[in-house]
Amino acid sequence: TAVNEALHEALESDGKAVVFGEDVGFGGVFRCTTGLAERFGRDRVFNTPLCEQGIVGFGVGLAAMGHRAIAEVQFADYIFPAMDQLVNEAAKYRYRSGGQWDCGGLTVRAPCGAVGHGGHYHSQSPEAYFTHTPGLKVVVPSGPREAKGLLLASIRDPNPVVFFEPKMMYRTSVEDVPEGDYELPLGEARVVREGSDATLVGWGPQVKVLVAAAKELEETDGAQCEVIDLRTLLPWDYETVCASVSKTGRLVVSHEASFTGGFGAEIAAFVSERCFLRLESPPVRVCGQDTPFPGHAHEPLFLPTQQKVVEAVRSSIGY
Amino acid sequence: GAPRRGAARCRAAAAVKEPAASGSSSALSREKAADLYKDMLLGRGFEDMCAQMYYRGKMFGFVHLYNGQEAVSSGVIRALREDDFVCSTYRDHVHALSKGVPADNVMAELFGKATGICRGQGGSMHMFSEPHNMLGGFAFIGEGIPVATGAAFQTAYRRRVLGDEAADQVTCAFFGDGTCNNGAFYECLNMASLYKLPIIFCVENNLWAIGMDHRRATAPSMGDSKPHIWKKGEPFGMPGKLVDGMDVEAVHAAANEAIARARAGEGPTLLEFETYRFRGHSLADPDELRKPEEKELFAKRDPLPAFKKKLLARGVYTEEELKAMEKEVEAVVEASVEFADASPRPQENQLLENVFADPRGFGIGEDGRYLYERNM
Repeated sequence: TAVNEALHEALESDGKAVVFGEDVGFGGVFRCTTGLAERFGRDRVFNTPLCEQGIVGFGVGLAAMGHRAIAEVQFADYIFPAMDQLVNEAAKYRYRSGGQWDCGGLTVRAPCGAVGHGGHYHSQSPEAYFTHTPGLKVVVPSGPREAKGLLLASIRDPNPVVFFEPKMMYRTSVEDVPEGDYELPLGEARVVREGSDATLVGWGPQVKVLVAAAKELEETDGAQCEVIDLRTLLPWDYETVCASVSKTGRLVVSHEASFTGGFGAEIAAFVSERCFLRLESPPVRVCGQDTPFPGHAHEPLFLPTQQKVVEAVRSSIGY
Repeated sequence: GAPRRGAARCRAAAAVKEPAASGSSSALSREKAADLYKDMLLGRGFEDMCAQMYYRGKMFGFVHLYNGQEAVSSGVIRALREDDFVCSTYRDHVHALSKGVPADNVMAELFGKATGICRGQGGSMHMFSEPHNMLGGFAFIGEGIPVATGAAFQTAYRRRVLGDEAADQVTCAFFGDGTCNNGAFYECLNMASLYKLPIIFCVENNLWAIGMDHRRATAPSMGDSKPHIWKKGEPFGMPGKLVDGMDVEAVHAAANEAIARARAGEGPTLLEFETYRFRGHSLADPDELRKPEEKELFAKRDPLPAFKKKLLARGVYTEEELKAMEKEVEAVVEASVEFADASPRPQENQLLENVFADPRGFGIGEDGRYLYERNM
């Protein structure tokens, strides 16, 4: 996988980089760490016992002492015991020590997102909780090529990064991933598709949905939608988004995570303020329902599907 | 649920002094032997049926089967009363069955049907049943232990503070070897001891946490060469015992002792059951890491044929009688599939129910209609 390649590059290029987490030794439950232990040794790639708080906390300490600590949390749903260490320790280390120490070397990777059958605890997208934490960076790639470049950039970024990998894409995404070492910039969004009628903003697995919706709208309504993959949520590229909305006059933000308090709210509020006079219609959010992530039977009803996005864009345009 | 006096269970008053003792035949009544055997048969048959249904696409998601560990579920839970509490993990189907949750409703839950024990909203890893005091079903390891501790606390509170003599329910928390390295485990051992709670911590040590070998995940105590989870009881102020988890009589005897202790108000116990899962961690696990020799060793100790052999050898039941029990259980399992198949799927509006106490919180609009169009 692209993530695997990125990890190989990261460990190769920096002798102080280590990878650890539950089951990473045999390659991990999603095969992201395949071959690493064999190539770099079990001193640098090792399994930890089952203790997320300990794993991340230990990573904070390791990073503070100058290592690149790449911690894996097996599913983003399990990141919550580690949240204390991330929010209270990792995010504040540089700030509270007046710059003497920092854990910039810490990268926490976690698979997130709906996968069709994950249920309550293998499907969540918890990015919003972390975007509320100054001192952390939050990154969500939308495909393999993005994942490799963004992960390498995240590992090498001098700030602690929480890197959410949409698990749906481990198996379904087929893309040409450039060989070798390359980075994609953090804090910069990517314009996936250009258009002048509406701006659609998303990240991770939702980007594909937005592109499909844009294509549908072009065919049926002749509407030209601009699709933006945010890539980094904290800090997010408001310049690219505002420039786009200033051009199109309409904003639709879409994410799998629940509607209320989701990161889409931040984007909508910011754009409303900055682009008020350029807006033709109110910014709209198409998101997961305000319920816990449901069981298999209700998953399609919960998620922000292509159809829901299309309808939202249509009402924006027809406002 | 309110304290309920179920039908008096035949609790063998086994005076077991040594851990890992094989239960003596005199301790087990004939009725209890049948109860244990049938319960293990149900556990095994049900899980085998789950595997079949999964590969036929009737069941989805993450399914973790219990094959091989039946002696623990049957031995412990069949020693409990109906109003005692059980708190489990994601490997919870058989715990639910042993606790008395009807196979029909467990299978329906797995199929995601409205007649499932959680209305189809929980799935494989979340078996909750209020009438049976089955407190779930947790996807997250260690998550259930504090919940179980809370349940035990409320029993102790009713008894000691509110003076309710009938408040003598016992709570059993089940979890695995991997979980014993989690902070929540230690926090709860301490609280249980401090507050002298009627709780039994049941460690199902099957040596593997997905792909992590217990022997490489847990440090041994000082002076030991291997880790021993049962030894963690004493530092926290409770007895810790090692039990052969492949021997249902040994499990049952150890459970009875711990239950009697808890019910008498003497506090918690830590029981470590040596057991093994015959299948992979989940149905998605290729199970490539465990050595065939290890699997064979434990396959030879399969609790079902072992118990059957004992019953026959001691003349407790005849071959025909045992076969009749096997057929009876087979029929229950097949009926559960028919029931689940015939049951309806949950309604769409069920998605928005039970988020808050008041469904109008998010689910129902002013006009009384469901709001699931809202964010579309």
